[in-house]
Amino acid sequence: MTAATPAGRPASDARRAGRLVYLAVVGLLCAWVLVPIYFLLVNTLSSPEAVNNFPKAFWPEFDLASLTFFAQFAGMLKALTNSVLVAALTMVMSILIGAPAGYALSRFDFPGKAAFRLLVMLTRAFPLPLLALPLAVMFIQTGLDDTIFGLALVHTTLALPFAVLITFSLFSGIPIELEESAWTLGCTRLSAFIKVVLPLILPGITASAIFAFVISWNEVFAAAVLTIENRTLTAFLLQNLDTSPLHLKFAGGFILVVPALVFIFAVRKYLFAMWGIANR
Amino acid sequence: MAEIRITYAAKTFGTYTALSDINLTVADQEFMVLLGASGCGKTTLLRIIAGLETASEGEVWIGGRRVDHLPPRERGIAMVFQNYAVFPHLTVFENIGFGLRMKKLPQAEVRERVERTAALMHIEGLLGRYSGELSGGQRQRVAVARALAMEPDVILMDEPLSNLDALLRLEMRAELKGVLAASRTTAIYVTHDQVEAMSLADRISVMHGGRIVQAAAPIEVYRNPAAEFVAGFIGNPPMNFLPATTAGAGVWTVAGVPMAGPTADRATLKFAIRPEDLRPADQGLQATAKVVEPLGAHLLVTCDVAGHLFRAVLDSDLVVRPGDVLTLAPLPERIRWFDPDTTLAIA
Amino acid sequence: MTPRYLPYLLILPVTLFLGLFFLYPFVLVAMQAFDGGGRFSLENFQEVVDYWKFPISLRNTLLLAAAVVPVQLALALLMATMVTRMQKGRDLVLYIWTIPLGISDLAAGIIWLAIFEQSGFLNSMMSGLGLIDRPMNLLSYQNLGLAFLAIALAEIWRATAIMLVILVAGIGLIPKEYYEAAEVFGASPWQRFIRITLPLLRPSLQTALILRVILAFEVFAVVAALGGTLFPVLMSQTYAYQFELLNGGAAAAVALIILAISIAATLVILRVLRVPKGATI
Repeated sequence: MTAATPAGRPASDARRAGRLVYLAVVGLLCAWVLVPIYFLLVNTLSSPEAVNNFPKAFWPEFDLASLTFFAQFAGMLKALTNSVLVAALTMVMSILIGAPAGYALSRFDFPGKAAFRLLVMLTRAFPLPLLALPLAVMFIQTGLDDTIFGLALVHTTLALPFAVLITFSLFSGIPIELEESAWTLGCTRLSAFIKVVLPLILPGITASAIFAFVISWNEVFAAAVLTIENRTLTAFLLQNLDTSPLHLKFAGGFILVVPALVFIFAVRKYLFAMWGIANR
Repeated sequence: MAEIRITYAAKTFGTYTALSDINLTVADQEFMVLLGASGCGKTTLLRIIAGLETASEGEVWIGGRRVDHLPPRERGIAMVFQNYAVFPHLTVFENIGFGLRMKKLPQAEVRERVERTAALMHIEGLLGRYSGELSGGQRQRVAVARALAMEPDVILMDEPLSNLDALLRLEMRAELKGVLAASRTTAIYVTHDQVEAMSLADRISVMHGGRIVQAAAPIEVYRNPAAEFVAGFIGNPPMNFLPATTAGAGVWTVAGVPMAGPTADRATLKFAIRPEDLRPADQGLQATAKVVEPLGAHLLVTCDVAGHLFRAVLDSDLVVRPGDVLTLAPLPERIRWFDPDTTLAIA
Repeated sequence: MTPRYLPYLLILPVTLFLGLFFLYPFVLVAMQAFDGGGRFSLENFQEVVDYWKFPISLRNTLLLAAAVVPVQLALALLMATMVTRMQKGRDLVLYIWTIPLGISDLAAGIIWLAIFEQSGFLNSMMSGLGLIDRPMNLLSYQNLGLAFLAIALAEIWRATAIMLVILVAGIGLIPKEYYEAAEVFGASPWQRFIRITLPLLRPSLQTALILRVILAFEVFAVVAALGGTLFPVLMSQTYAYQFELLNGGAAAAVALIILAISIAATLVILRVLRVPKGATI
């Protein structure tokens, strides 16, 4: 039986035009995000002369001179290493401290739960870099000033709310029945957690760790305030903004940006899960 | 005139065929139930009538107008969703009046219709509340009221009672039947519960594998199922089947017992009888009782007849113990015969 | 099996940590701000408010927030609704649109510097199109308006993704059935957006706006990269007090002022976008 043709489709031309506009807007917005990053790439892969030249070419020369200059600039590599160390420390600490709290929030109902959640929310909502000021004083008194560990502590404070929130949503996604059946089969609470829950949430925990890494990597204010000799990359670039040559800035910016591209790709699924739960 | 006609409709999702060869006519003010197990295509068909999906083939006519290219709001329909879809950010009043406001009816008329429909569904006291403050049953009434307030040509219902507990479902079923009969609207109702179907429908369309297997009045579907599937689906407990071999013209041997049957140019047939159409007698099928369930209103005995599973619904005063051998005679006018190859009924 | 203290044991590390590195410094900041030579006084605030740069930086911060946040909200809403209706390519587009989330505000400032600075891409494009003969110094005192625009653009570019993620998650929570019911009962696509999507998105809108506004008041690195001292904001004042003027008390005072306007804005948003009890999904 042949399909009967529908009686008249006057709306289909308008629909096709609408679809074109839709695609155009999507494309425009994608370009809006990508083109500026592309420009940074062009500058990074150009020789220092080209960077300072006018007018700019829109195609990179693929000259590594800027990058090598960057790598050889006094203290740059050390700053880079510091950034990596601080971020790694932050990552480890925020997961180790935050995950148990996320588990407690998802599994237990206890007096003070609401107050605890409020504390965590408050931390997220507060202009945290401001706390770097008194912490600077506190660190000087305890000898943590200008150390990697000290800065990592501050960054962990920044990352903790997210770690708690993400692990909370992860654990909430695992039915308690899985743990309970493990208990009936001979596991203690801890071994059930390790054997049953941990393997299931490992990808999510990884995402949470990466998120913490990125937060630390990108942070500017506290890093600038709390480090002098042991600057991180962000602090270094900030302090040298007035004095450094352009090609140094751009190469530095590029190094700042690249990990972000990779990390956001790895973490994207969990970004939405986290906010989905938080919005309930 | 809100007659619904669907001709040669089909729907495929990629390689999966959800519906094929659907031809259905629902008369004006008729209550049609689409009955089937999950996955049979009944909800897909309902959504095609609503305009929430488009058929891959075929036409949909409502009230003499061809509607398959029209969006839902231009089809003259109202719908009750399985999970009610009562808007959580609006009050009960605003929910019931939603469609009327979309039609830009004057405020006074909106108020009048909302209050009248709310009274009909016994929720006039809840008009100021939000859905988060209502129970499931109350939300369901709001969903029905919202549809009725539209005074539509056709009302479509997608398993509206399936999320209610058993007692509430019973009450709502009776209420729905009364309300819909009084409103004189054509109704299409989707369910997997055959008791609901039997209770509410003017006609039932039994669906299986994307096709309509039989469309007839409830008692007709019950007494004269058109196919083995229908016979096994309708009625609880379902119909019993036994193989039958020919023993001459019009005579068939069923579990060693001769029965009068149709003349058919075949060696084997399927014999079918409902559990409640069996009586203890001196002559009949030999059934060894395996499980005896005294259900209060009657006795449900699960037996073995010549190696086949066989159920009988008997008088509750009877005393039967597991292991007893009963002789059960089927009521002759209730016996049904099926072709084992096509699974269709033989007249 | 479960000891009653177990949940408390589990949240102890976080509580201790936040108490030590958040609550305690917060109290210290407050104390320092109100400290005038060992006794409670408001002289730090007085000094800060009297400084000639204060009204300018306050105005700049508020102006920037007022200019940027509504644009970002509209843009994020547009992007969120567009992306929810996508089927293929959705993953890729979503990834591209959330890339700015991982980019530090300093890096974002540098990126837009590449465009706006004197030998940058904007000048190159304009000269290429024949609009100008010599490169314009876009980010200078003569072009304060342009500097503002550059900073605003950089902020919009960088921070829209934060709101986008929250809104997309929020839209994802809305069951499809509500849209279908609205459609059946007569709502056009635009009406569905106004009457179903937006109201049911209120909790997410609240979260997105509050977070974004608070971050907007803290704006610092982007301004430093693009404007330097051209465009003082409250945060750069704090930084200057602490490190250049070595005036801890004043720095703390400015910090508290930033906190105060953040709280005020949060309360306003919570009130305007409040959700009646029982009216959530």
